Amino acid sequence: MNQLLKRKSKGDIWFDIINYVMLTIVMLLVLFPLYFVLIASFSDPNLIYSGEVWFFPKGFTLDGYGRIFSDSSIWIGYANSILYAGLGTVIGVAVTVCAAYPLARKGLAGKSVIMWFLLISMFFSGGLIPTYLLIKDLHMLNTIWALVIPGAGGVFNVIIVRTFFQSTIPDEMWEAASIDGCSNTRFFWSIVLPLSKSVIAVMVLYHVVGFWNGFFDALIYLNDENKYPLQLVLRNILVQNQANSGMMIDVESYAAKMRVTELIKYGVIMVSSLPLLILYPFLQKYFVKGVMIGSIKG
Amino acid sequence: MVNSRTSELDHSTIKPNRKIWNQIKRDYELYLFLLPIIIIYLVFKYYPMYGIQIAFKDFSPSRGIWGSEWVGFKHFIDFFDSYNFWTIMTNTLTLSVLSLVFSFPAPIIIAIMLNQMLAKRYKKIVQTVIYAPHFISTVVLVGMLNIFLSPNSGIVNHIITLFGGDPIMFMANEGWFRPLYILSGVWQETGFSTIIYLAALAGVNPELHEAAIMDGASKWKRVMHVDIPSILPTIVILLILALGNIMGIGFEKAFLMQNDLNYATSNIIPTYVYEIGIQKAQYSFSTAIGLFNSVVNIILIITVNRIAKKLTETSLW
Repeated sequence: MNQLLKRKSKGDIWFDIINYVMLTIVMLLVLFPLYFVLIASFSDPNLIYSGEVWFFPKGFTLDGYGRIFSDSSIWIGYANSILYAGLGTVIGVAVTVCAAYPLARKGLAGKSVIMWFLLISMFFSGGLIPTYLLIKDLHMLNTIWALVIPGAGGVFNVIIVRTFFQSTIPDEMWEAASIDGCSNTRFFWSIVLPLSKSVIAVMVLYHVVGFWNGFFDALIYLNDENKYPLQLVLRNILVQNQANSGMMIDVESYAAKMRVTELIKYGVIMVSSLPLLILYPFLQKYFVKGVMIGSIKG
Repeated sequence: MVNSRTSELDHSTIKPNRKIWNQIKRDYELYLFLLPIIIIYLVFKYYPMYGIQIAFKDFSPSRGIWGSEWVGFKHFIDFFDSYNFWTIMTNTLTLSVLSLVFSFPAPIIIAIMLNQMLAKRYKKIVQTVIYAPHFISTVVLVGMLNIFLSPNSGIVNHIITLFGGDPIMFMANEGWFRPLYILSGVWQETGFSTIIYLAALAGVNPELHEAAIMDGASKWKRVMHVDIPSILPTIVILLILALGNIMGIGFEKAFLMQNDLNYATSNIIPTYVYEIGIQKAQYSFSTAIGLFNSVVNIILIITVNRIAKKLTETSLW
């Protein structure tokens, strides 16, 4: 095969050249916006404003970061996001893995009924308002529970974990264990879980990313600013242009305010996205694995 | 526990009901494992379905869901007759159809190109970079659009003025809303979407490629005649899913990009449901619009699946 691949016609050489060039261009197009945010967050806002910052930081300054870190709202948002992502991930992964275990077993009575019970919710739901009214009636408005419980155990995640169990734990193993008098619960704890570290890692990552980046539930269910997760704090700064007064105390003129706001925007994008952007290359194989398992028709 | 095991092949003379009952008794622990998800679904997914009836009532919080007055299809008729019904429908459909047209083929092309790349290390670098935008949040994405496209300080308008053009008010312009929505979507999701196609391409039988090389097929020919036919089933399945989701366009990005100046094109069903329901508290009217959207979506999925079955023999069910 390798011998064959080395034989190249002129056309193939051109194919390769064009392919490499185009993919490199694509890569740079994806990378540049992120790179620009990074350099702009260290640059003099007046130079950004006048269009002199292109490929390298100009008028290096840490002023933007200084203002961001001196303001409490970002930190509160950070702490809240970590709390919601932590608790939400624990609950979500536990519910998902526990549900997937019986559904992976052969010959569970009523399995298909339960599967449909879960699947129907994918195609049909009560919608925004009935769900909102329910959360309100349960007195969950403005609490952490509204963010971490209703969405736990998403169908797609359950299917991924179930497929993984089915393909890694052979039927003979279930049989053997039950003949040896191993109870279903013990089998789960001592055989299934230790064999499923990778799929659990996939689930943890999916949940963490989902909670860290999500803002819709928080927007609807939370009204107390001290409970806002990072994304809602960011929305005020990035989308609604309301940089907190705490960051702007010493800025006088309107024009200067505009420019400092701009600098702060570049900074908060970095501060909020950097944890994931730094982490995901190391965890890439798990993200890919999740997509792979999910794409096998269960 | 163990002795009462009845194997599935055991056609014993006990009544089937007894048999199932024994099985359930034997597996009671497994049902306990299912308990949490069943409770969560009953409360947070199925109870709201019961609440859908307020679409056919005049809901008043004091009287509750059951006690409110029935009004039949009043809210639906109000919606169909309202002056902005056609605008909202057109906006929703145009935005999602155009998104599909532009963002569906991109990952397929990129995946095929990546698959032809033999330099392992460089391929990995390209992949890692193009996955990156998937991990930034919608809020940050829209924030980036805002700063890059700002009329007086954004880098895009700096480029435009460099070439002698006039700055454009991108974000506050109804004509730019759709292109920006779609382009930012392509930028954010294309890379990550290549994963599934790369998985399918990795499963292509190498003998097919070897045979093609022996026959003197060029790389281009092999892409056209080996790679593409091999991943066609994957493409069809994902296309069915995407087409079935035409009415299920997401709320977040449109909501964040929306402002008074682009409202004419950015007002779509999910943002309208939010506006009417959460901001204006017209619960019944909002629920009716949401229900209409769900029903259209289900009909779409079933139809698309039927058509796909007829044409390609690949379908979801």
